[in-house]
Parts: sequence; C-alpha cells; structure tokens
Amino acid sequence: MRIPSVKRLLSPQLIALLGVLLFNWIVFPGFFDVAWRDGRFFGSLIDVINRGAPVAILSIGMTAIIATRGVDLSVGAVMAVAGAVAATCAVTGQPVIIMLLAPLAVGMLCGLWNGFLVSILGIQPFVATLVLMVAGRGVAQLITEGSIVTFNDPVLIFIGTGSFLGLPMPAVIAIALMVGAHLLVRRTAIGLFIEAIGINRSAANYTALRSRSLVLAIYAFGGVCAAIAGTIAAGDIRGADANNTGLWLELDAILAVVIGGTSLMGGRFSIPLSVVGALIIQAMNTGILVSGFPPEFNLIVKAGLIIIILVLQSAKLAPTLDRIIKQRPVQPSIQTSEKTG
Amino acid sequence: MNPRYRPLAATTLIFVVAYGLCILQYPGMWSTRILGNFLTDNAFLGIAAVGATFVIISGGIDLSIGAVIGLAGVVVAVLVSHLGLHPIAAFGIVLTMSAVFGAAMGAVIHFLQVPPFIVTLAGMFLARGLASILSQDSIPISHPFYKTIMDLYYRLPGGGRLSAIGLLMLLVFLFGGLIAHRTRFGSYVYALGGNPTSAALMGVPTGPVTIGIYALSSLLGGLAGIVYSLYTSAGYPLAAVGIELDSIAAVVIGGTLLTGGYGFVFGTLIGVMLQGLVQTYIVFDGTLSSWWTKIAIGVLLFLFILLQQLVFSAHKAGARLKKAAA
Repeated sequence: MRIPSVKRLLSPQLIALLGVLLFNWIVFPGFFDVAWRDGRFFGSLIDVINRGAPVAILSIGMTAIIATRGVDLSVGAVMAVAGAVAATCAVTGQPVIIMLLAPLAVGMLCGLWNGFLVSILGIQPFVATLVLMVAGRGVAQLITEGSIVTFNDPVLIFIGTGSFLGLPMPAVIAIALMVGAHLLVRRTAIGLFIEAIGINRSAANYTALRSRSLVLAIYAFGGVCAAIAGTIAAGDIRGADANNTGLWLELDAILAVVIGGTSLMGGRFSIPLSVVGALIIQAMNTGILVSGFPPEFNLIVKAGLIIIILVLQSAKLAPTLDRIIKQRPVQPSIQTSEKTG
Repeated sequence: MNPRYRPLAATTLIFVVAYGLCILQYPGMWSTRILGNFLTDNAFLGIAAVGATFVIISGGIDLSIGAVIGLAGVVVAVLVSHLGLHPIAAFGIVLTMSAVFGAAMGAVIHFLQVPPFIVTLAGMFLARGLASILSQDSIPISHPFYKTIMDLYYRLPGGGRLSAIGLLMLLVFLFGGLIAHRTRFGSYVYALGGNPTSAALMGVPTGPVTIGIYALSSLLGGLAGIVYSLYTSAGYPLAAVGIELDSIAAVVIGGTLLTGGYGFVFGTLIGVMLQGLVQTYIVFDGTLSSWWTKIAIGVLLFLFILLQQLVFSAHKAGARLKKAAA
C-alpha cells in the first residue's frame, strides 16, 4: 500500500479520536496503562478496541451501503438473528464449521433480502430495511423460542472473549475485516463502482455498470458483517439474547460512518475512517464510564458530537470553515469542541 | 374513482377485511369495548404518527419522536410532582418546549442543509439524555386533575368507552387532516415533499415551512408524551423507546410515500389501527407468542410497500403528473 502522507494521517477523525483519548487520560490518568497478563494485553485502551469492535464491524458494511446512497436499519436485528442461530447450533451440537458458517449464511440471506427490496424492487432503503428491523427481532425470538439460549461451546466463546497475538479476538476480527474490505475496494475497481452508484445511479447505469447486482452484493456484505458482529456478541455473553443483542447498534453504526466522513447522500467513502468513527464513539463511552460521570451524559455528549460534525460537514458552512481552518496550522475547532464535550 | 385515492382505499379495504376475518374467528372482537380500547391504548402512538405523517409527506424523517415523548412525560412529572405546578400549566410549558425543540431541529435541517436523519438522530440522543438526567426512575403523578381526566369518558352504545385521550387522538387526526388538505401550510408541505427545488421556485417559503413541519412534529410528540403520562400516570425517561419507528411504520402502512409529496393523514389512522388489530388478535388468540406481533407488523409493512410499489409503477406517468400538480 502507498505510504500515507502526514497530511492524510492528520484527518479530522484521527485528531478527534486523539482528542477524546487525551480527554480520557486527563480525567483518568491510568487510561493509557497497558499490562501484559495471561498472554494478553489488558487496559482501558485495549478495552476501547475490544468493546468498539462490534460497532466497527457493523460500520464496515454500513459504509459500503451508505456510499451507494442507502442505509441499513436492520443490522441490529440481523445481529440478534445470527447470534440466535449460532447459539442454537452450539446447543444442538452441530459441527464447528456449521456453527460458524450458519450464522454468516443467515446474515447473508438477510442482506440479500434487503438488497432484493432495494435493488430489484426499487424500494427506498430506509423503509425496505425497516421491514427486517421490525420483523428480524421477532424471527430471532422465534429461533430462541423467547428464552436466552446459553451455551458453553469453546469456539464461540473464544470468538467473543479469546485473544490472538495478545489482542482480543473481536478486535482482531475487526482489523482483519477492515484491512480486507479496504484492500478489496481500493485495490480493485469496486470502490470506484460504489462511489459511481452513490453519486448518480442512472449515470452509473449508462456507463454499463451492473448497479443492480452490485447493490445486491453490498447489502449481502452488510448482512454478513452484521452476522459476524452478532456471533461475537453472542460469544461475549455466552448466550443469545434476542431482545437486546445489537439493540440500537444500527444507529451507532450509522453515526460511526457519518463521523468517518461518508455522506448520507452517497459517494465518497472511507472504511478505515468509519472504523475510527466507531472507536471515537466507544472511546467516549469508556471515557464517561472511567471519569465517573453518570452514564446518562453519554447521550448528550453523543448529540453534541453529532452537532459539531454536522456543522463541520454542512454543505453550506464547509467552504467558510475550510477557509478558517487553512489559515491556522491545526484544526482547533475540533480539538476544543471535543474537550468541552 | 380518482386514482389518487387507490392506495388509501386499498389500505382501508385491507383493514376492514382483516377486522372481518378476526371477527369471524373471535366474534367477541366485534364490540365497541374493543374499539374503545383500541383508541385509548394507541392514543399516544396515533398522535405522534400524525406528526410523522407531515414530516414524511415533506420528504423528511423524524427519529426524535420517541425521545420527545419520554422527555415530555418526565418534564410533566417533574413539574407536577416535584415542583407542585398545576398540570395545565405544566402541559403549556411542555408543549412550548417541544415546539421550540422541533423548530430548532427544522432550522438546523434548513440552514445547514444536512439530512434530517442525522439531525433528528442528534435530537433523539439529546432528548433521551436530558430525560435521563432529569430522572433515572419513573416519577409517579398523583394529581387529582389526572384522575379527573382519566375518569372522563363517553359511553358508546354497547358498553364501550371513548376515553378522553382516545377522543383527543381522533381530534388530532381531524385537525391534522384539515391542516394537510385545507390550509396553505398543508399544500406547502406537499409541494416541498414533491420537489423542494420547484417548490422554492414557485414561491413556497421553504425555510419557515421546514421549521414549521418539525415544530409540529415535536409539538405532537410533546402532546403524545402528555397523553402517555396520563395513560400511565407517570413520567419515565425510557418511555416510548422505538415509537418513532412504529409511527413511521404506521405512516407507511397508511399509504404515505417515504419519498415525500404523497400521503393522507387518514391513512395513518388506519395504519395505527392495523398495528393495534395485530396486537389485539394475538391477545385474543392466546397461544401465539408476543414475537409474532413483530413478525406480523414486519410482514404487513412489506405487503404495503409492495402494494404501493405496484400501484405506483402501474401509474407512474400519472403519478408524475400528480406530483407536478400537487
């Protein structure tokens, strides 16, 4: 891969992440302490990466979907369905390969269903995925028969809580998925196709781009990402909770993508920056926890963050802000606002 | 029949047929008691859904309704139970606050040109967060005025009760319908949803209209929160979580297009009633588990958007003409 220049590394998202981490360090001096114990790292920083992994994985799929000018509200429900499938497989003693592939297959099916509604039937993404968001949790409860299915399968538990090279397994999966997806969209023409569809679908069609099957595939990919996150969530609590797994995580995932600079109007997107967005959200959550603020402030801080990002990304204000920012060395507007938040 | 009314007629027909099938199976469902309870139990959802109808007809979306309901309920409870204000004064304060909150969201949407999805998502976090900061627990409201209102009802023939909040919901639907179809503001809303650029070129004041739409939506959210606090005699910060999606589902089932520019307030009433019917049917059946409610509403939602898609692809040329006329 190309070596990113210093200027590219200093994206507003990374500065914001550093700002939040710095704030956490100020309120909780032990924040950056990382200890090595039992063959893995421990510490608040590792915790941020670990806890942020499910939303990061969701945001990878969501980035591609939003880049095509869509949205997927069903990822939280798909997480619940995938978790229920994985737990049921574990309880009924299926072979490991089936236990791991079945949730992914179900997730892909859910994604294909969304993609079918959006791409083939031409239904608006918001309402098309709302169908599965409403019904999916019901389906998950149907699979678990309304109870929380607990299991003791070592493989699933390893996926949820194990570690690889000292890093927590969810983080390893998220990083691998991020690198894989990023290479796939940037080293092939797929990324260009996605952006073309997002910017102007009919123009993309006129350039002989098969937007129909591509959109279908992207929603399927989003479903698979949700299924991976669902399997991790199930392994983490050693059970499938159809009611609460992934509840409202679709909003966090969309928020992560928007923080990452991908516009809801489609087009330009960046998967790594969406993952940074997910980490910013998690760093704020952890920061509020370790600083001893009541967790209720979390929502207000989140709202404040969205408003700041809105102002920064706003089509009307952006040119003016750009001018202001270019006159100064770093981007002070973001740093200061993060600290006050 | 005017093709404009076809989706609305289809929705109404499906509701009547579904209700008829339910009655065939459980004759007990044909009673004004059930109908009265329908209205009372879904009053807050219905009121919120009227606001959602306006927002969706204008081509926007409001994710903050549920959070506004929760916040309004908590503020009423704090004002009445902790500060000893009379409920009517508290209602006035809450409705004003809600309208200002919505107007602020509308202003951000209009002046910063950002998608309503994100703005109202921030509004949702803000309102829910404020409600949780005001109180973590449910605050009971035991003012005599609350008891008076909840004891008010009109006895329908057959023993059913049309409660005050049920009646309020019907009135809100009536006023909503009048505003949408009989006022200048209403036609502005349709024009904005059809095509914002042509609306602006035709002289629609898009700024004030956008602010007005979101103010109306939050105002009705606040009213729904008051109704919810009457219904439960309490204010709870986590009340009505996810109601925004239920109300959007009701609006879509009621035949309103999420792309904007087309829809009826009356259809939303049918959408709310259909969701209530599914729940009542599952209660009557007794053997079906609660998760079938979710699956049934999901399937209903799917069938209705499919129906709309068919109706609109069949009359695409006609629909375009209509949009231009609207």
